[in-house]
Amino acid sequence: MTDVKTPSKLEKILAAGHLAVTSECGPPRGSDPEVITKKAEMIKDHVDAINITDNQTSVTRMCSLASCIHLKQMGLEPVLQMVTRDRNRIALQSDILGAASFDIYNILCLSGDHQSFGDCPQGQNVHDIDSMQLIQTVRHMRDEGKFLGGDDIKRPPQMFVGAAANPFADPFEIRVPRLAKKIAAGVEFIQTQCIYNLDKFEKWMELARDRGLHEKVYILAGLTPLKSAGMAKYMKNRVPGMDVPDDVVKRMADTPKEKQSEEGIKICIESILRLKEVQGVAGFHIMAIEWEEKVPGIVEETGLYPRPTLE
Amino acid sequence: MRLQYPTNIKVVRVPCTGKVDVLYILHSFEKGADGVYLVGCLEGGCHYNSGNLKARKRVEQARKILDTIGIGGERVRMYNLSSSDGPLFAKYATEMDEKIREMGPNPIKLAKKKKAA
Amino acid sequence: MIVADKKPIEEIIEYLKGKQNILILGCNECVTVCEAGGKKEVGVLASALRMYFQNQGEDVKIDEVTLERQCDHEYLEEIRDRVDQYDAVVSLACGVGVQFMAEKYHSTHIYPGVNTCFLGATEERGLWTERCQACGQCILATTGGICPVSRCAKRLLNGPCGGSTTGKCEVKKGDEEIDCGWQLIVDRLQALDRLDEYETLCPVKDWSTDRAGGPRKVIREDLKQ
Ligand code: SF4
Ligand code: SF4
Repeated sequence: MTDVKTPSKLEKILAAGHLAVTSECGPPRGSDPEVITKKAEMIKDHVDAINITDNQTSVTRMCSLASCIHLKQMGLEPVLQMVTRDRNRIALQSDILGAASFDIYNILCLSGDHQSFGDCPQGQNVHDIDSMQLIQTVRHMRDEGKFLGGDDIKRPPQMFVGAAANPFADPFEIRVPRLAKKIAAGVEFIQTQCIYNLDKFEKWMELARDRGLHEKVYILAGLTPLKSAGMAKYMKNRVPGMDVPDDVVKRMADTPKEKQSEEGIKICIESILRLKEVQGVAGFHIMAIEWEEKVPGIVEETGLYPRPTLE
Repeated sequence: MRLQYPTNIKVVRVPCTGKVDVLYILHSFEKGADGVYLVGCLEGGCHYNSGNLKARKRVEQARKILDTIGIGGERVRMYNLSSSDGPLFAKYATEMDEKIREMGPNPIKLAKKKKAA
Repeated sequence: MIVADKKPIEEIIEYLKGKQNILILGCNECVTVCEAGGKKEVGVLASALRMYFQNQGEDVKIDEVTLERQCDHEYLEEIRDRVDQYDAVVSLACGVGVQFMAEKYHSTHIYPGVNTCFLGATEERGLWTERCQACGQCILATTGGICPVSRCAKRLLNGPCGGSTTGKCEVKKGDEEIDCGWQLIVDRLQALDRLDEYETLCPVKDWSTDRAGGPRKVIREDLKQ
C-alpha cells in the first residue's frame, strides 16, 4: 500500500504513514466563489485535503468541479466528490477529464442521495453506473489510459480514488463484504459516514482487519460535531443510515442549551482521541457542516496539528 | 307494529349490502333517483363477514364520483342497523327523505326538463 | 402484468368537451386484473359521464365495449364496423392498447382513460407493486431472483447504498415506507446460502436494450410468416 501512484498530496501523506486529516466544504446555492474560498481559508492550514460535495442531499448548488478549481487556484488540495445520480457515463468521464486538466488529484465516488430529498423531487435520476462502477471507471481511465468505450485517452487523469463507506447501514451482514467489494473495484481510500456509535465502528474495523482490508485501503474515520441536542435527534431519527446512540443524544440533551455546541465539539474530540488508537484508522474526515470555523480547534485539540509537510 | 315511513322510497331487497355494486348506485341516478341509501346490518354483524363494510366503501366511491360530476355525493348514504330495529329504520328513512328534499331533485332531471322546455 | 390506475374523471371530461358520440373501450387483460380498465370500470366511467353530460344539458351518446385485448389486431378489428360513428374513444387499456387503437383507426380521436404505471404483481386486492422495468437483459440470475433495476430507487447494480435502514429504502412514497431492494437481495442470497456471491462485482451494464436505446423491437425470424 506504500507505493504512490498519483501526484495526490493526500495519497503521499497516507503513504508516509501519517494520520491524514480531511474536511469538506459545501458549495453555495449561488455563484459567489467567495463562499468557497472563505470556508477554505478557515481550514486550509489544518487539513491535508478538502472535499467539495456534489449537490449534497440532492439540493442544487454550485458544481463540485468549479468549486474544486477555486480551491486549486488557492493552491489547496481538493477532493472532487462525484455522484452517479446526475450524470451518465459520458458526462462522468468528461468531468473527470475536466478535473484532471486542472490537476485535481483526488476523487470520491458516490451514488448520491435520492433526488426526492432535494429541491427537485420531480426530476429524473440517471444512475447509468453506480458508485462501485465509477471507482472502476476512474481506475480504468487512470491505469489503462482508456475510456470505457475502449479508446485511448491522451494525458489520462491521475487521481487517487476514494469512496464512502457506512459502517452502520443495513444489512449489517454485508457491511464488511461491501468494503471488500469496493476494494476489489479499485478504491484506494475510504471516508466513512459520521461516527457516533464508536463501539459499532470498532467492531466493523475489527471485522475489516480480520480480512486484512485495512492493509488494502486507507480508512479515514468520518466525524461531524453536533451543534445541538436537536441536531442529534434529527440525525438519529431523520437521516437514513445514521447511527446516533441514545447516550449521545442524552448527553447533548442534558447539557444546557447555551453549552450544547461546546459539548458537541467535546464529543467529537473525545471520539477522535479514542479512534486514533484503533488499528487500521488511517486518518480523519471532519465534516463540520456550515461550521468550518470549528475544524482548526478540533484538529489542534486532538494532537493532529501541525499538519505534515511534504518535501 | 306498523311504522310510517315516507312513501316515496322504493325498497330494493338484496341478500346482503355487499351485493350492491357501485354501478347499481350510479345507474339508479342515471335513471332518475334523487337519492340512494343502503341499509346494512350493524358493522361486525354481517352474515358474510364483511359485506356491509364493502358496501360502505362503494358508497364512498359513488359519493366521490357524484361529487366530481356535479350530482352531489351527499345523495348517497350508508346506514347500519339491526334487522329487528323497525323504529330506527323508519327514522333513517325520514332523515334521508328530509336530506334529499333539502338538496332538491336529481339535477339531471332538471337539466332534461330545461332542455325539453 | 401491466399495472394501470384510473385517471381522474375530471381529466377525462376535459378531453371530451364538445364530443357527441363517445365510446368507452375496455380491455379484458391486465387492466381488468388491476381493476382500472375492465368491463366494470368501463360501466362506471360511462355511467358517470352520461350523468355529467345530462346534467350539463348536453345530448351525448356514450357506449360501452370491452375487448378481449387491445394490443392485438385481431380483437381490435371487432369494432371496425362501428368505430366511425364515434367522435371520441376513451380507451381504458394500457398505453399500448391506446396507441394500437390510434394506429389502427387513423381518423378516430382516441384518449387514454388510465395512467399506465408499471410491470408488477398483485400483492393483495388493491395493492400492486412493481417488479420489472423491462431492461432487456435480465440479471435476476445473479441477484437471487430479485431485480435491483426496478426495486432499488437508484437501480444500483452493486448496492445497497448507505441509506438502507432496517430493511427500508431511504426513499419514501408519501408516508409509506418501501422495502430496500438490496436488503431483499441480501436476505435472499443468504437464504440460498449464496451470500459469497455478493462480492462479485456487477460490471457496467449495457443499457442499450433498455429505454436508452430508443424504441425496442423483438424480432423472431422463426415465427415470422
Ligand atoms: S433485470 Fe431487467 S428484465 Fe430482469 S426483472 Fe429487472 S428490469 Fe426486468
Ligand atoms: S436504500 Fe436500498 S433500495 Fe433504496 S436506494 Fe439505497 S440500495 Fe436502493
